[in-house]
Amino acid sequence: MVRAAMRAMRFLTGLAILLVLGAGAFVSYAWHSAIDPIDPPSQASFDRTLVARGADLAAIGNCNVCHTAPGGQPFAGGLGIPTPFGTIYSTNITPDPETGIGRWPEAAFIRSMRKGVDREGRHLYPAFPYDHYTLVSDEDNRALYAFLMTRSAVSAAPPENELPFPFNMRMLLAGWKALYFREGPYQPDTSKTAEWNRGHYLTEGLSHCGACHTPRNRLGAEKKDEYFAGAEVENWTVYPINVNSPAPIPWEADSLTFYLRHGWHEHHGASRGSMAPVTANLGSIPEPDVRAIATYVADVMGRPSQERIARGEAALATVRKESASPLALRASSTGSGIGEAIFLSACQGCHDGRRSVPFGGLNLHLSSAVNAPNAQNIINVTLFGLPAAKGEPSAIMPAYRGVLSQDQLVALLDYMRERFSDQPAWADTRERVAATMNGEREVPIYRMDGTTQAPPETSMRTAPWP
Amino acid sequence: MAVTLTVNGKTQQVDADPETPLLYVLRDDLELNGAKYGCGVGQCGACTVMVDNEAVLSCVTPVLLLEGRRISTVEGLGTMEKPGPMQQAFIEQQAAQCGFCIPGMMMRAQALLQANPTVDEAAVRAHLEPNLCRCGTHMRIVKAVMRAGELMHQSSQSGGST
Repeated sequence: MVRAAMRAMRFLTGLAILLVLGAGAFVSYAWHSAIDPIDPPSQASFDRTLVARGADLAAIGNCNVCHTAPGGQPFAGGLGIPTPFGTIYSTNITPDPETGIGRWPEAAFIRSMRKGVDREGRHLYPAFPYDHYTLVSDEDNRALYAFLMTRSAVSAAPPENELPFPFNMRMLLAGWKALYFREGPYQPDTSKTAEWNRGHYLTEGLSHCGACHTPRNRLGAEKKDEYFAGAEVENWTVYPINVNSPAPIPWEADSLTFYLRHGWHEHHGASRGSMAPVTANLGSIPEPDVRAIATYVADVMGRPSQERIARGEAALATVRKESASPLALRASSTGSGIGEAIFLSACQGCHDGRRSVPFGGLNLHLSSAVNAPNAQNIINVTLFGLPAAKGEPSAIMPAYRGVLSQDQLVALLDYMRERFSDQPAWADTRERVAATMNGEREVPIYRMDGTTQAPPETSMRTAPWP
Repeated sequence: MAVTLTVNGKTQQVDADPETPLLYVLRDDLELNGAKYGCGVGQCGACTVMVDNEAVLSCVTPVLLLEGRRISTVEGLGTMEKPGPMQQAFIEQQAAQCGFCIPGMMMRAQALLQANPTVDEAAVRAHLEPNLCRCGTHMRIVKAVMRAGELMHQSSQSGGST
């Protein structure tokens, strides 16, 4: 008995020591000290070549997209980012001393990127994708800091986050980090080429492609075992960019480079939704960095099978044949033929492949959207169109929300899926159409501007369906 | 083949293929020549009319989508003798130069103001963006739309009809 009690006692003591040590380690891991504020450095104190490099890096990182409110000043923050836990508002990263990062020394900026804590040492929400930014090198962080600290200071305090208890407890984020966050910087894979490593570094680091293209678990962390498997963001379907890419003609490093720089490709169509600002940004940076990203992502997609290549070639042959034949017409426009009748009379005129992308519509035999797991992206562009970019030529599509009824749109989508894809019919088209039309699914529409530093103006559909 | 359309409050049968763009039916069959053929691919806005309460590009809208819907054209906004507020405002501001884009501008503006006659100028500019004008009368067009908003607001305040 005594021996058993002694043993239990020893066990409990050991457990207690472990717990204390564990808690201590956790606290030291979780707790970060404040870094003393500085007087905002003068713009002239930054090296101009460093600032220019920082501008490119900021474009690669899409900083402007989240850190600018619709209609607001670039980098002044205030964009509400909806998450399953509540709305998080982006911060002001202009050098304003009171509301921005004007009093942040370079070390605090680098630490925020590497560890996801602010100057005061508070944990940041991973809506700021430090799970990716942690990979960014000190050298690149210095350039980013120089770029941001030489922007115009804007006095703008973002709204308070709308997070219910317990998600408003920043200390919880230490637990999230313990589970999901692995601190950088990036370690190159010496078995790969320099270009591949550059692409891997940019894709996984600043570009944070996985933030949208990799699905997330219930705690908002990317599922590492479903890498680039596609997801749904802002009510736009994000395509898989791994072996399951739905593109009829398989992507290659060349076509991907062109697409990322221009926002369209003749065999793939135009970038829209949340991808539009990404390609707009990538259009402003030196080509080698874009090519490196494309090289890495094409490698993730893998070499397509012979069968897939053959299907792509067959799709292209069909497109060429259709664009050389007279337009198809039909008389019946009732019953099950209504989807076809709508397509032939409203869509085909542009989407027949006679005029090439981006000023003509994509022939849908080449469309990723009709091969996607759901109809959401086609619903979005059909109802809301593609608005023209400001100050430059761009793809454009008229919106059909004013005329299409739910039944008509569903019939059209079913027809398009059947005609242009060999995948099974979509199962949830009707509910998606209904929810998008009644505004339950809010769809932000982005322009394809490549010139602005601010994100393309976001016009949310707010009015309910009449 | 016959399609039944309700245009400016009048329901009528039109002998046209269901695939025919609304614009062609309006101009060729109903002799409503306000809406204009500009680009023919839904990019310039000259053909804009209203369907129920929304602005719609009639050149890319087949009539098969429109049975049972209320179509309004610029001719439905008023008459020569009694112009509607939108027409009155465009006359007051002398907002037309060549006039080709104006019916489309008026109809898109009408859709906006019918929903809310007190919108600000920024909203008007944003809303009219799909409609192009090559004469450069944009400033007067915006002024006219703001004026039309005033007239419609006054009229709704005084209980009159618009």
